[in-house]
Amino acid sequence: MALPVSGIPTAPDPTGQLPATVPGSAAGGQPGQPARHALARMGRAIRSNRKATVGTILLAIFVFAALFPGLIAKDDPGADAYQPKLGISTAHLLGTTAQGQDMWAQLVWGTRDVMIIAFVVGLAATGIAVLIGVAAAFLGGLWDGSLSLLTDVLLVIPLFPLLIIIAGYAHGGGTLVLILVITVTSWSYTARQLRSQALSLRRRDFLEAARVRGERRLYIIVVEIIPTMTSLIVAAFLTNALYAVLFASSLQFIGLGNPNTQSWGTMLYWAQNEAALQTGQPMWALAPGACIAALGAAFALLNYAFDEIGNPALRPVRRKQVKRG
Amino acid sequence: MERGAVRAVDDVSFDLAAGEFIGVVGESGCGKSTLLFAIAQLLAPPAAITGGGVTFRGQSMVGLTDRQLAAIRWKDLSVVMQSAMNALNPVTSIGTQFKDAMRAHGVTSKAEIADRSAEVLRMVGIDPLHLRSYPHQLSGGMRQRSMIAMAMLFTPELVIMDEPTSALDVVAQRSLMVQIKELQERLGFAIIFVTHDMSLVRHFSHRLMVMYAGQVAEFGTTEQVFESPQHPYSIGLMEAFPSIRGPRVPLTGIPGSPPDLARPPAGCRFAPRCPQVMDECAGTAPPLYDVAGVQVRCLLHAPAAAAAAASPARAASTSPAASTSPAAGPGTTSSHDSGGADE
Amino acid sequence: MRFALRRLGFFVITLWAALTLNFLLPRLMPGNPALAMLAKFHGQVGPGTLHALEVLFGVNTQQGLWSQYVTYLHHVFTLNFGPSLDFYPESVMSVIGSAIWWTLGLVGVATILAFVLGTGLGIVSAWRRGGRLDSVLPPVFVITSAIPYFWMGMVLVLIFGFTLGWLPTQGGYYVSTDSPGLNWIFFQDVLSHAVLPGLALLLTLIGTWILTMRNTMITTLAEDYVRMARAKGLPSRRIMVDYAARNAILPNLTGFAMSLGFVVGGAILIEYVFNYPGVGYMLLQAVQGEDYPLEQALFLLITVAVLVAILLADIATALLDPRTRTGG
Repeated sequence: MALPVSGIPTAPDPTGQLPATVPGSAAGGQPGQPARHALARMGRAIRSNRKATVGTILLAIFVFAALFPGLIAKDDPGADAYQPKLGISTAHLLGTTAQGQDMWAQLVWGTRDVMIIAFVVGLAATGIAVLIGVAAAFLGGLWDGSLSLLTDVLLVIPLFPLLIIIAGYAHGGGTLVLILVITVTSWSYTARQLRSQALSLRRRDFLEAARVRGERRLYIIVVEIIPTMTSLIVAAFLTNALYAVLFASSLQFIGLGNPNTQSWGTMLYWAQNEAALQTGQPMWALAPGACIAALGAAFALLNYAFDEIGNPALRPVRRKQVKRG
Repeated sequence: MERGAVRAVDDVSFDLAAGEFIGVVGESGCGKSTLLFAIAQLLAPPAAITGGGVTFRGQSMVGLTDRQLAAIRWKDLSVVMQSAMNALNPVTSIGTQFKDAMRAHGVTSKAEIADRSAEVLRMVGIDPLHLRSYPHQLSGGMRQRSMIAMAMLFTPELVIMDEPTSALDVVAQRSLMVQIKELQERLGFAIIFVTHDMSLVRHFSHRLMVMYAGQVAEFGTTEQVFESPQHPYSIGLMEAFPSIRGPRVPLTGIPGSPPDLARPPAGCRFAPRCPQVMDECAGTAPPLYDVAGVQVRCLLHAPAAAAAAASPARAASTSPAASTSPAAGPGTTSSHDSGGADE
Repeated sequence: MRFALRRLGFFVITLWAALTLNFLLPRLMPGNPALAMLAKFHGQVGPGTLHALEVLFGVNTQQGLWSQYVTYLHHVFTLNFGPSLDFYPESVMSVIGSAIWWTLGLVGVATILAFVLGTGLGIVSAWRRGGRLDSVLPPVFVITSAIPYFWMGMVLVLIFGFTLGWLPTQGGYYVSTDSPGLNWIFFQDVLSHAVLPGLALLLTLIGTWILTMRNTMITTLAEDYVRMARAKGLPSRRIMVDYAARNAILPNLTGFAMSLGFVVGGAILIEYVFNYPGVGYMLLQAVQGEDYPLEQALFLLITVAVLVAILLADIATALLDPRTRTGG
């Protein structure tokens, strides 16, 4: 699956040193700032960064399509009421499938399934990642050792084959099964990132101050640390959502989802089944794939933009005349 | 979150004679490191030199390409940085880094390289077998000294040092300073030494420049500046380092913090913190006045009678690309700098 | 040394975890999937298969869980998975043996190429910050890195396979006309069949490498030792390679290895789209055909392969970074 783009090394660092840059640590910045401030700063940053703007617009389009599909596509996606294999026309914006269903309607209505998966898995996996990552960083010692080991093992075991096998045993499942299975297996990458940042925060002065004030550990974790990590948590959410979309649609594509759900992945499954490319119905395969790519790009762009916001060194440089001689 | 351009170095000008040791002192953010890198043509984008010039051995350095600079670099002008742990390539051995420098300047014979490497290491008191070591295997003091040894490879005319002792403990600092001075006297190179600790250069430098908020606050012989500081900032600095043997005095600091250089104040930059501030200070930016051979940027010394020494044109108006050094001769460095750093 | 032992220990643990996961999963699923499959065959399977199922899935067994586990481990380490169901009576191991070379060739070459090219482009792009390369590459590849592997494959099939008809789109070679052998025709055949899937894999992978390398390179270029190298008057190329790239690549090496797990996933999909007779395609077929012994063996194989790759990357890192060797 495509990797999220970030300068973070994804491996247990053999030198034992923390990575030089942890995105979000700079933007997370000011200690103890309420989450409100962080979000406001993010809003401003989004507007000023071109990548972030494009990503947000794309995402907004898909969210809208998921919430109000009926407004955009008039037909019932499941009804095979039309002549099959029609081409593009004003009546059928993308034509019809081999079973006579309107493709545009399928595409639009399928957005809902995809967005649900993206957001639920995104939230759940990020939640697990925050829990485990921050707990490992702060409990330290044996806890850290075992949680980190668990994270690393799950990170190394090839996820997609594992997903295939599990889904295979379950004889293919609907959206719920997909959500469960993907959430349980894919939190490890972001858990590592969060643990890294939490570790580096641990040594900072404002936490010493809280400890000296006598605050309990849980308070420190919830009130001081997590708001500071807001931007990395948002980045983790975007990463997990991206993975969720890619994994889910891949599983559906190879037939391990429920082929009767309306989703982009299942559209691709049917397209492959009916040899859409060979029989001159390229739209059937291209359209849902393009949507997956676009949604993925939205998440990736936002993620990349967050990297730049958090690490100013990565921002686009005005082209200066650097003489190389 | 753009702040606009920051003029990190504003109207700093001096001439350096062969073998001379100039100390540059100031607090964090006063522009001293930027000044050094500007002189060595090592600024990286978005920082850039926006005015003034640097003349080294009669040749203007600003505007030269990397290739043209390569011939001068290290052979005539070398640099010692603050933290050797950061300034040395962590994945290659010390010896390899010495070799790199020498090969880049045409020394190809293995024997010659080995000999010279061992020689410079011995000069700083390190056993040459450490040529095989990696930076992380050496102690802090040894690392700094190997950096200095590396700077000596071609016995350059000028060595620029950016707080080379800051990362060390007090005892190692002293020993390193003594070593540096001894090398200087033996090999005859000039030094521009940047530090935040005045007392460090007290016994070593010929002249001392105190910088504040990107400008020269005071500049004269070390003795003059130490014995009778003229600028209230220098006075404050002196008082912040009480003598260990003198009478016990209450510790005084300089309250407040330096101005934001993205929006420098219209008048004197030190005015908000100055214990001797006058009414006109906030509105009038003082030029450099000459007080018995010491340049002082303070309105306290602005008698109408004493003609102001020729203070160089402000960079804002005109800036010649290169200034010629008055006593043009071999081994003179002159620098008239208005370096700017863009945000 | 201690570092090497720790890594080895990690592998052993991960391998053990994968094995145990493999062992427990079918037994944990509501209703043992093997039972369902047996029911489908009306219990008519050969004795070899029955035994394999017993060991791998706990079907029909009298043994307690722990002794099942021990037997299972024993079978795994002696590579005894029994006969494959889809390819009965061929044994699982021999079936895998035929497929593995196709995957190694395709995926191995494409991945290494993607890493080498991607890293190189990332280095140059960061070195010439703000240049043409740098302004074009990052946005383009941010987008391509989000493209699902299989879609890239399908697009290539459409353009080069059907529309232009330049390259074949199915299989590893023309099964009907050729037979494997060390002849030029077969070799050409294999190559032409490998181009499209290889390209699909390459294009999707390369984006990530370019971007991560560029980012780490940019951070490295801001380091003092790079400035120092400039101060020494070293030639540009030397600074870029010996001072900047050599340091920037270190975190990426381990990242590369870790991502191999994901590469495997992508390879599976590409093989599926192109019907390429590799290990991934076989895994999918096994899952769809409920060939459980084959499935399990393939999963373990893939896991071991990833672990080995990580080990190799670790060795490479240790060779390149003296700090790991001396525990700095």
